Amino acid sequence: MPSLALDVRALRKRYGDVVAVDGLDLQVPAGECFGLLGPNGAGKTTTIEICEGLLDPDDGEVLVLGQRWRTDEAALRQRLGVQLQETQFADKLTVAETVRLFRSFYREGPSVETIIARVQLEEKRNARVNALSGGQKQRLSVACALAGDPDLVFLDEPTTGLDPQSRRQLWELVEQLRQDGTTIILTTHYMDEAERLCDRIAIVDRGQVIALGTPRSLIRSLGAEQVVECAVGEGERLEERDVAELPGVLRTRVDGALHALQVSASHETIPALLALIARHGLTLTELRTHSPTLEDVFVSLTGRHLRDT
Amino acid sequence: MSTSRTSRSTRPAAPPDSRDAAPPAAAAARLSPMLQLTLVRFREFYREPEAVFWTFVFPLLLATGLGIAFRSRPAEVSHIAVLAGAPAADSIASALGRDSSLAVEQLDDTAAATALRIGRIALLVVPGAGATAEYRYDAARPEARTARLVVDRALQRAAGQVDPVTVREALVSERGSRYIDFVLPGLLAMNLMGGGIWGLGFGIVDARRKKLLKRFIATPMSRAQYLLSYLVMRLAMMVVEVLVVVAFGVLVFGVPMRGSLGAFAIVCVVDTLMFGAIGLLIASRARTLEGASGLMNFVMLPMWVASGVFFAATNFPAAVQPVVQALPLTAVVDAMRASMLQGSGLAALSGELGIMAAWLVLSFVLALRLFRWR
Repeated sequence: MPSLALDVRALRKRYGDVVAVDGLDLQVPAGECFGLLGPNGAGKTTTIEICEGLLDPDDGEVLVLGQRWRTDEAALRQRLGVQLQETQFADKLTVAETVRLFRSFYREGPSVETIIARVQLEEKRNARVNALSGGQKQRLSVACALAGDPDLVFLDEPTTGLDPQSRRQLWELVEQLRQDGTTIILTTHYMDEAERLCDRIAIVDRGQVIALGTPRSLIRSLGAEQVVECAVGEGERLEERDVAELPGVLRTRVDGALHALQVSASHETIPALLALIARHGLTLTELRTHSPTLEDVFVSLTGRHLRDT
Repeated sequence: MSTSRTSRSTRPAAPPDSRDAAPPAAAAARLSPMLQLTLVRFREFYREPEAVFWTFVFPLLLATGLGIAFRSRPAEVSHIAVLAGAPAADSIASALGRDSSLAVEQLDDTAAATALRIGRIALLVVPGAGATAEYRYDAARPEARTARLVVDRALQRAAGQVDPVTVREALVSERGSRYIDFVLPGLLAMNLMGGGIWGLGFGIVDARRKKLLKRFIATPMSRAQYLLSYLVMRLAMMVVEVLVVVAFGVLVFGVPMRGSLGAFAIVCVVDTLMFGAIGLLIASRARTLEGASGLMNFVMLPMWVASGVFFAATNFPAAVQPVVQALPLTAVVDAMRASMLQGSGLAALSGELGIMAAWLVLSFVLALRLFRWR
């Protein structure tokens, strides 16, 4: 087993005038759960589809499990599990029939029943695909990705559009895979998902990796202990310049009516903030603090939110 | 939370990185992709009630309808009337009534005029003075002209006319020359065309639209086997469709099967391969079902009209005959008719089979060049 499950160097891909991937590098060791986090249109799906051998790059080098698509496609296909965004399985087939079909494509792998049990769809094994909920369909999709007992699994936005409970079920499934030692590469634009599931994360924007590390190290790189968010009454104005000069404030950002302050010591900042508001005769309408998240990391790096397109 | 349901923890004795190639999962490892793909094709078909209807029931309904509409009818009875109240009305009416091909009634002036106008009677006999009569009818109506001949003959005979020539009648209704004999091979060919083009075209475009094709090529699945599974399904469906339609024609309408079954089977197989290839070509690029059905109608509609399913293709002007004769469906319809009705063998069918083979090769090669999996 090579030490790197995925080795991508200087990857480039353009569609007409649009540069989707612009010199992207990725190295993912075997056994890691690696996340590509970024807003829609950042180039995550293009990158992952090149790694899956579904798209040809314009430039750059891609080594998957130590092999190349150009020369080792047949062998690679046996070792990969792929889950695509927006695949709709045949409505008229049952869960078991769909899994059996995908299982038949691979030389080796678990039995159909084992696969179904793994994604906890035993009760739905004879249900038709069109009778499944969104979360169940997504688990079926993961089941098909596991049909060949893959060394490397690609999950492209596995929880987009799911309700909270289904998302948690899918997270448990991914965690279980990770415990089994399967290398997982997943894309998401949910920061909480990336924080919870991934050993390491690459934050992708405009076709490039703009930050790389464990969720903790990325968050720690902000140097902020807390994020303080506050707003004042309608028609009132809190000057960003004044806020930035408060003790303990590292960075500030205005997001509509909301001021977001990354602070190193909230116990110093908050009393000073309240005093500032009182001095200017303003009314405080909102005040909350939270630990910094990957969202804050992304916003500090790009000035935009993950959900903005 | 069920973290214990992994394949490895259910078989703790296995070494950490072993795959389930060995028993007890050996049966699973032997799953044949070709068999699974083919099974999927059949499941998708029979779980779609509309598809079953259009493939099996519709051609039978159509054949029944046409068979009844164009059946060979017994000699028709002409409805005529004699104007009531005239001096010889009764005797003329009873004389005409003796002819079994006439239904006679007596009507007064107004009733007779109305019946004549709305076509309830074909002809009105107005008895005149002495041995004279007047026939009132519309000479533009065929049944009125027939009625006139029959009435006149009956009337003249009743008055004592003797036929100078003695004739004997031998009635003929040859199987193979009726409309149902003509139309059934056409319906069969049309049905196989629809099955091939819709069956492949729709299935493949639907899978592309759902990103299922893309998902399949992310697996080690053989692309050739995937396409082959459609062909296997079409061949199997063809056997059933042909059996159903031919058995129906032979048993219900007595349509003849004069040619050798071998030659007929070869026509059916080449037909299925050809329309499969055309369906594949139509499906090679389309991304939406709307786009695909537009293309399919564009391809099939001219053939429904021009290929001689319902009337002889030779009715079209000589100038367009080269085009009409080169259409795939024309070749199939002609070959099936020649085999079933004239008993033509392979040698006699070689022209049609050649046209079909040419379409098959052309469509298949083009389809493989154009086909998009994504």
